[in-house]
Amino acid sequence: MTLLSLRGLSKTYGTVRANRHIDLDVAQGSIHAILGENGAGKSTLMKLIYGVETPDEGTLHWHGKPLSLTSPNEARAQGIGMVFQHFSLFETMRVVDNISLVVPGTSRALAARIRALGEDYGLEVDPLAYVHALSVGERQRVEIIRCLMTDPKLLILDEPTSVLPPQSVERLFITLRRLRDRGVSILFISHKLEEIRALCDRATILRDGTVTGTVDPRDHDARALAQMVIGREMPHVTPPEGKAPGKVLLELAGLDHRPDDPFAQALHGISLTVREGEIVGIAGVSGNGQGELARLISGETRRHPQAGAEVLMMGKPVGHLGPAARRRLGLAFVPEERLGRGAVPEMSLSDNSLLTAHGLGLVRRGLIDRAAERRLTNDIIATCDVRTPGPQAEAGALSGGNLQKFIVGREIALAPKLLFASQPTWGVDIGAATAIRRRLADLKAGGTGILVISEEIEELFEICDRLHVIREGCLSPSLKVSEIGPEDVGRWMIGAEGGKAA
Amino acid sequence: MSAIGFILAGMLAAAMPFLLAALGELVCERAGVLNLGIEGMMALGAVVGFIIVHSSGGHLLGFAGAGLASMVLALVFGWLALAVRANQVAAGLAIGILGSGLSALFGKSFESQTVTGLPKHALPWLSELPVLGGLFRQDVAVWLGLLAALAIWALLRFTKLGLVIRAVGENPHAARAIGYKVIAIRYAAVAFGGLMAGFAGAYASTVYTPLWAEGMIAGRGWIAVALVVFATWMPGRLVFGAMLFGAVSLSQLAAQASGVALNSQLLSSLPYVMTILVLGVISANRGLLKMNGVASLGEPFGP
Repeated sequence: MTLLSLRGLSKTYGTVRANRHIDLDVAQGSIHAILGENGAGKSTLMKLIYGVETPDEGTLHWHGKPLSLTSPNEARAQGIGMVFQHFSLFETMRVVDNISLVVPGTSRALAARIRALGEDYGLEVDPLAYVHALSVGERQRVEIIRCLMTDPKLLILDEPTSVLPPQSVERLFITLRRLRDRGVSILFISHKLEEIRALCDRATILRDGTVTGTVDPRDHDARALAQMVIGREMPHVTPPEGKAPGKVLLELAGLDHRPDDPFAQALHGISLTVREGEIVGIAGVSGNGQGELARLISGETRRHPQAGAEVLMMGKPVGHLGPAARRRLGLAFVPEERLGRGAVPEMSLSDNSLLTAHGLGLVRRGLIDRAAERRLTNDIIATCDVRTPGPQAEAGALSGGNLQKFIVGREIALAPKLLFASQPTWGVDIGAATAIRRRLADLKAGGTGILVISEEIEELFEICDRLHVIREGCLSPSLKVSEIGPEDVGRWMIGAEGGKAA
Repeated sequence: MSAIGFILAGMLAAAMPFLLAALGELVCERAGVLNLGIEGMMALGAVVGFIIVHSSGGHLLGFAGAGLASMVLALVFGWLALAVRANQVAAGLAIGILGSGLSALFGKSFESQTVTGLPKHALPWLSELPVLGGLFRQDVAVWLGLLAALAIWALLRFTKLGLVIRAVGENPHAARAIGYKVIAIRYAAVAFGGLMAGFAGAYASTVYTPLWAEGMIAGRGWIAVALVVFATWMPGRLVFGAMLFGAVSLSQLAAQASGVALNSQLLSSLPYVMTILVLGVISANRGLLKMNGVASLGEPFGP
């Protein structure tokens, strides 16, 4: 039986036709994947279904009757719930307070219901805990519980696994299957093909705002699905070559750090080396100290000059130096947030290249050489396949994947000795992510030492020589990628330290 | 009366203009709106309240008129900040200057005139205590002001409405996504801030020093804004901060009267210095700031 059916749904923003004549049927009690690259129109489609946006044309049928939604409230009243990619929780409140903002009832009654639902669906969370103290996985459980409390018939999940360790993903899938067995339909947005094959019984593929096919994902292998998603042959990353790594470029020696932000994770005894011509990865669930560690390596957080030589770059103690001084030694850095830290959204791409590449002859006698700036930017755009009208385009106007390709390209253009990239492919589509990984592999072959923080285990296994896992501010020993499997990393991530240390 | 008795008896009344205005601003800021026009809204409330009481409309009517006038001015700010999405700092400053200007205009013919203040109500038994007794002989507005502080504390801590106000201030986008009307809630918070600033102004001009003089608010609105931040957006600390400020102002007067050999300008700056020091020390706790600070404060919000 069809629960939700869309016919000819279209939505245009300015000149961008985000959705064109979308047809979609979601059956009752099915887990239905919406698959597509970034910018393919997945988010717009979900906003239309959840009533955040209204379609320009087309109809939406719910239980066989036409429905027009003008707000999320109406969607919720009809039984449509949504779990957002960026959680819409309030950090300074308790779990039960967050839920009481949506569901009526006294705190005591709600807390009891939260516990009951948790046991029922494997979504255990302490209703009296403050949200800021919860892990990402727990926050997601809170979001799902909040949706389930309103008794939805259709649950929309936007990239729910992008933030979870493998064990939590499996746990989430158990919950989702249990929901399906009780008649709830699920729209599962993702670009992770293996997960879709493991979980979903239908998959609708979007490309450039149109539906390019609806298939049973279990009948196709990941490679065939990927081809449907990007519309061409899957690009291939050459596996890293086995050249012997050279001298040490980055060394952290037993670094302890307690940030002044009380919600931040303290770091304990972090030891790590990165050598010439190798890629070292740091895996872990976000919020386990990655951000704090990244700031210590980039120089955004400085150590006290008397703190001792705990951070060494190219053999020099740099703990007390700021980002500019470290960059002069040969460090390049791709931060986690593209907008605001990696690039200034309001400035053109040209001006954004100037920000870190000013040393490459873009400034003469204190004046900016606009022609050189444009040349360099055009080079980056061409070599990294950045899709943009040109160097004058505002950085904030680029899609996430394209901007990320640009930022990585800019840092690579610096010909760094040491590159540090934090979540280089986060939220980037398959095509762009593959391109970025290939650029990193090329750079490594040229002798650069690379440190990558990522939550995507598959990515780390694809490009890294060695891995560490960060958990609650502690770093695992170095693990050789060729000697371990994702499950070993997963055990380190959840603290069951049965992994083989190399 | 001893100096301590004098300070205890007067500090609540001295604190009241700060406390009332700051309570309104606290609610406004908790909803994510920074209104820097408090000074001007207090001035407008002060003159409107004074004119009504002077034409013997009585204090009840005077406070109501003052609250209403300042609320209208606050809503003009709200329109600028919320509908037009102007910069909140600039809009607040502009509205503040407008309010001070209007108060001078309306008060022109009332300059240096006086009215009768409010009688003191003594709490039985407590007001008979030695030294402390003065603390329990206050006018009705003081008792109501302290009740208001208690009510706002309970509102923010225990009620759904308080939860919604905090939600809107912490993350307006999430609040909208789960179905709350962010702009409407912020308008209401701004209006409440205006109402309280009006009461504060009326208290200053018709009860605390019952006379009208142009510029009589004399920076009290700014102190109120600062108190909110120093109190880390917690009503309990706000009461403490306002009382501390009142007490130090009075002790400075007492010191001058008893002929302490200190420069009088230095003495007059004492309340400001003391308040900044004490509240600066308490607000240095980053955990408290993070839990109670308003994440979206001053940011324009548009869907």
